[in-house]
Amino acid sequence: MTGSRERILARVRAALSDVPRGEAAEDVRVPRGYRRAHGQGPALDLLADRLEDYRALVRRVPAAGVGEAVAEALRRRGASRVAAPDDAPEEWFASCPAEVVRDAPLGEGPPLGVAELDAVDGVVTGCSVAIAETGTIVLDTGEHQGRRALTLVPDYHLCVVRAGRVVDSVPEAVARLSPALPQTWISGPSATSDIELQRVEGVHGPRTLEVLIAE
Amino acid sequence: MSGTFIGMPAFPAAARRAVQDAQLRHNLRKATHTIRGKRGEAVGELDDWAELREAGRAIKDRTLRHLDRYLEQLEERATAAGATVHWAADAEEANAIVTRLVRATGEREVVKVKSMATQEIGLNEALARAGVTAYETDLAELIVQLSDDFPSHILVPAIHRNRAEIREIFVRRMAEWGVPAPEGLGDDPRELAEAARVHLREKFLTAKVAVSGANFAVAETGSLVVLESEGNGRMCLTLPETLISVVGIEKLVPTWADLEVFMQLLPRSSTGERMNPYSSVWTGATPGDGPQDVHLVLLDNGRTDTLADRVGRQALRCIRCSACLNICPVYERSGGHAYGSVYPGPIGAVLTPQLRGVQGPAEASLPYASSLCGACYEVCPVAIDIPEILVHLRERVASGPGHAAERAAMSAAEAVLGDHRLLNMAQRAASAARGAVPRRLPGPGAGWTDTRDIPDIPPRPFRDWWREHEKERARGDGPGAAGGRADREGGER
Ligand code: SF4
Repeated sequence: MTGSRERILARVRAALSDVPRGEAAEDVRVPRGYRRAHGQGPALDLLADRLEDYRALVRRVPAAGVGEAVAEALRRRGASRVAAPDDAPEEWFASCPAEVVRDAPLGEGPPLGVAELDAVDGVVTGCSVAIAETGTIVLDTGEHQGRRALTLVPDYHLCVVRAGRVVDSVPEAVARLSPALPQTWISGPSATSDIELQRVEGVHGPRTLEVLIAE
Repeated sequence: MSGTFIGMPAFPAAARRAVQDAQLRHNLRKATHTIRGKRGEAVGELDDWAELREAGRAIKDRTLRHLDRYLEQLEERATAAGATVHWAADAEEANAIVTRLVRATGEREVVKVKSMATQEIGLNEALARAGVTAYETDLAELIVQLSDDFPSHILVPAIHRNRAEIREIFVRRMAEWGVPAPEGLGDDPRELAEAARVHLREKFLTAKVAVSGANFAVAETGSLVVLESEGNGRMCLTLPETLISVVGIEKLVPTWADLEVFMQLLPRSSTGERMNPYSSVWTGATPGDGPQDVHLVLLDNGRTDTLADRVGRQALRCIRCSACLNICPVYERSGGHAYGSVYPGPIGAVLTPQLRGVQGPAEASLPYASSLCGACYEVCPVAIDIPEILVHLRERVASGPGHAAERAAMSAAEAVLGDHRLLNMAQRAASAARGAVPRRLPGPGAGWTDTRDIPDIPPRPFRDWWREHEKERARGDGPGAAGGRADREGGER
């Protein structure tokens, strides 16, 4: 395909014959007068509000009460077996009524298979960043998050968001994230509006998203 | 551009047919107005929308003016991250590359994430010829595929179907493609979505090969970004072993940080949400996570021709949000199919003739499928001056060698909008609105709030007119075609 590579690049250059030779990409001015954040309210309040707006279940708990809140959420859900990343903190599951199936650490033994993930009642993870203005949780497979499949196949996702991970805006989140790791930005449960524009929650991703904001 | 829509009639004929379909018109009106309203709210929440829009425009211009450099950078970074980069000059070559890659895996089935680029090149048909079945996994695309139909909207491709029709399609066709529709399936959207979930779930969990497009490709890092709602994208991008992404060369953005602009512009302009439910970002292959055999096919297929046109090249800034469709009075009445391309609405009217050339009658008629009211420009998140390109393309059509310019010009917009009075009215409304807002965006810091009040054709007079028009049609003496319209439109701009 080398032929096409050269041909396309040559065609691009020919098409741009009006661009002065000396012009560098950086010479094309990009005005960045937009805001870094919109000051729409206290971040945690805003996050909770926006998550609820997209029909996620939200609970705000004290940092020391995460274990209890996880237990309560799983009890309410009736979950008896849940998946978790290998490095999820012990204290999350201190009073957990469900059996916790941990994924294997990367490179150590086979990861949980798709069938196994399909059979659990849910998954419990942390997140990398949460964006208050848009009600978005970003997972990047880093600390307490595990592989992407972990939060995709189970039908219920319980996500623990530490207050320190919450930013106001999209620009603040992008600045914190590195695309070297694969990312999943999640804003509410899976949804479709494809049929007469009526919003239906729950198509292929987890049909229920529950968020514990740990302050 | 290949296959899908070739042989469809030119815009005026196709539009006239669509305008007579009452059900279609009802669906379209309801849908476009609903999304339009949501978009207005989501955009109105950000008091720096004008600045974001200006930044989005400028970032895309920077990319396009130095596209060669950014393409080379993207290739280098994606390759370093473990992806294999391929270059496809046209649809045929892109299809051949993807077919070869799928064949190499030994698989006969692929799952697909909704992608305009693969529709543009007719990939599903090419794969079918090679004995490979491509399963569309986006709910709307599934509906379109099961009914051997064509998409009619960028964002909601089955917008022309109502729930009863969709139920009917599922009941009749699902079994041929895999898991059949459940017994006694009703037409509640919830039930229909559940049927789609069950129908596709096994495919997702067992698929070895996926094909996707991308909303953005980051040159600096080699990353691809896909925005979606249902989770079918995540399934396709995460579970298979092989991932092949077909990406138009205009999808690039220079840096990771540039996404801070587009991740605000696109969801709000598109679905009218603060953020779409799911976005996936991946950079080459990640050991132990997701597909390990990762391919990126960079597609030209007419884009460099478009880039060569100094007026027309701004169409390549398009991020396919579909806001211009939802605001367009012509689209609202004609629907997407009349545009004879996977790119319908105002953006289709400027993109299709540039990608394919204006020689064919269908392509030549597209620059006339507009009243030049300018609403599309006002809502466009990357400030593409669609009316300017339309006028420019009309000139190209009119001066084309051996082309019956008049025939092409004849009443494309009029097929939808009707008579002189209406058009004059629309133009008056538009020019009045345009007088109130700056034609070009002011620099950062200057206010821009006025432009959020999108100029629309005055609803009252139009409805009166339409009723009249329908009565005439019922009597069998609908409005005749009047020539010369196009010149005047052009002149008034
Ligand atoms: S032309 Fe502008 S408004 Fe239309 S789809 Fe493209 S980006 Fe959106």
